[in-house]
Amino acid sequence: MEKRELTCICCPLGCQLTVQIDENIVQNISGYTCNRGRIYAEKEVTNPTRIVTSTVRVIGGEKPQVSVKTKEDIPKSKIFDVVRALKYIEIEAPVKIGDIIEEDIAGTGVAIVVTSNNCDCNIR
Amino acid sequence: MKAYDIVVIGGGPAGLAAATSAKENGCDSILILERDKELGGILNQCIHNGFGLHTFKEELTGPEYAGGFIDRVNELEIEYKLNTMVMDISRDKVITAMNSEDGLFEIQAKAIILCMGCRERARGALNIPGYRPAGIFSAGTAQRLVNMEGYLPGREVVILGSGDIGLIMARRMTLEGAKVKLVAELMPYSGGLKRNIVQCLDDFGIPLKLSHTVVDIDGKERLKGVTIAAVDENGRPIHGTEEYISCDTLLLSVGLIPENELSNGLGIEMDKVTNGPAVNESLETSLEGVFACGNVLHVHDLVDYVSEEAKIAGENAVRYVSGQYAESTEKLVNIVPENGVRYTVPKFIRTENMPENLTVRFRVGGVVKDCYISTYFDDICVMRKKRPVVAPGEMEEVKIARDLLNQNPDLKQITIRIEKE
Repeated sequence: MEKRELTCICCPLGCQLTVQIDENIVQNISGYTCNRGRIYAEKEVTNPTRIVTSTVRVIGGEKPQVSVKTKEDIPKSKIFDVVRALKYIEIEAPVKIGDIIEEDIAGTGVAIVVTSNNCDCNIR
Repeated sequence: MKAYDIVVIGGGPAGLAAATSAKENGCDSILILERDKELGGILNQCIHNGFGLHTFKEELTGPEYAGGFIDRVNELEIEYKLNTMVMDISRDKVITAMNSEDGLFEIQAKAIILCMGCRERARGALNIPGYRPAGIFSAGTAQRLVNMEGYLPGREVVILGSGDIGLIMARRMTLEGAKVKLVAELMPYSGGLKRNIVQCLDDFGIPLKLSHTVVDIDGKERLKGVTIAAVDENGRPIHGTEEYISCDTLLLSVGLIPENELSNGLGIEMDKVTNGPAVNESLETSLEGVFACGNVLHVHDLVDYVSEEAKIAGENAVRYVSGQYAESTEKLVNIVPENGVRYTVPKFIRTENMPENLTVRFRVGGVVKDCYISTYFDDICVMRKKRPVVAPGEMEEVKIARDLLNQNPDLKQITIRIEKE
C-alpha cells in the first residue's frame, strides 16, 4: 500500500489530500472537502496529465520563434520527452495560431499546435 | 489636430477589450495607441495555458487569448497605432504621443480609457545588499527573453518571490534545461495561484521556502550565488539561518505596480493602496470622461476579469461620449474596505449612474479560512458570502444590485469586511 500526499488545485482552498494506492488501484482518498477534490486526486495518482507549452524556432519570420502547445494533455511522465523533441523542430514562416506543425510528438499520439502568429499579420 | 471620440491608451488585454466593447456599443471613432510593435501586451509572452477558463470555458495560452481580441479589433476595423509612445495627456484630453513615422503629434479625444497595465517591482525596491552583477532579472524580463527572443538567461536559477510569473518561470526555465534550485518567498504564504504551485514547482520537485528572503548577492561580473535566510514575523532575517546557494541567475517575482505616470501627469486622484486611479461605479477617474481598467487600475489575478472590467469601461466611455450620463447630483455612496479587505474597486458610487448589477472587486490582506465576506449598508449587514478560504493572491468580489441600493435612499456608506462567524 502506497500513500501519496497531494495539494488539490481545483480552488484556492488547496486541500491537502492523502491517497492510498495499491497496485495502481485507489483504495482510499481523504482530506478533500468537495467532490471535485476527490476526482482530482483519483486522476492525479492513476493518470496524471498536463498540457505542455513551449516554443519552436522559426526560419524567416518577423520573430525568431513561435509559441506552441500540445493539442491535448499528455502523460506527465512524457513532459521532458516532448520538450526535447520540440528542440529539434524548425518551421518556416509564416505560421499562425492553430497551425499543426507535428501530428505525433514524441510518440504520445498528440499533435503540436501553434499558439501565436509569426508573420506580418499585425501590420495593415 | 486629429480628433477621436475615444482614445485607448495601451493595446494589451484591457485596451483590446475596452476598444472592442466601445465599438460594439456604437462608437465609430476609436483609436488605440500601443508602444510595442504588436497588439496583445503581456499576453504575447505568457505562452502557458490557463487563460480564459472563465470567459471561454477552455484553457487558452496567452497569445491565443490575445489573438481572439486582436482578430475582433481587425474585424471591427478599429484604428490603432503601434510603436507609439504616449508622452502626456492634458486635462482637456489632448494626447501627446510620438513614433518614428508621425514624429511628435497631438490628438484630441472626447473620452480616454487608460489601459497602460503594470510593471514589475525591481531589485532597487528591495534593498538587497551586495554587488550588481549580471544575471539578476525580473521574472517577466526572463519570460520575454525565453519565450519571445529565444535566449536562456542562465543555467542555475534561484527565484525570489512566489508570484505567478515567478512560478511560471520556474517551470519554463526547467523545461528549457536550466536547474531551478529554489523559490524563496518572504511571506508565510505564496502570492501565486495554487494551481501554479502544483504544476510549476511540485511537478518538477522545485522547493518553495516560505518566510525566506535573499540577504546577500555574490559575484562581481556575473552572479555567483545568493545567501538566503529565514525571516521572522516582521519580515526581518533571522541571524544564524543563512544559507549560501550557488547560482548564475536570480529572478525576481516580487510584485507588480500599476504604470500610472500618465495618470499622475493628468493630476487625477489616486488610491494609495492599489497605486491606481480612484474610480467610481462607471470606472471613471476623478477627471470626467477619463476611464481606467485592467492592471493600471489594480493588479488582477486573472485576465478574464481584466476583459470583463475593460468591457464595462468601454461601454461607459460610449455613454459618456453620447451624453447618456445622468446629471450627477453629487450624491455619493463611499465603499469602504475594512477588517482584512485592503481596497475596493470602485471606491464610490454615484447612485444615479448605478448599473443594474455592480461588481466590486478587492483583495484581502492575509489568508483567512472559514470566513464570510460581509457587505454592510451603513450599520446593517445586507449580504454575507461564505468563503472556505480567502488569500491575498486571489481577487474577491461582491455584486451589489441597483434594486438593493434604491431600497436604501438615505445610504451613506457601504462597508465590505472579512468576518469570522
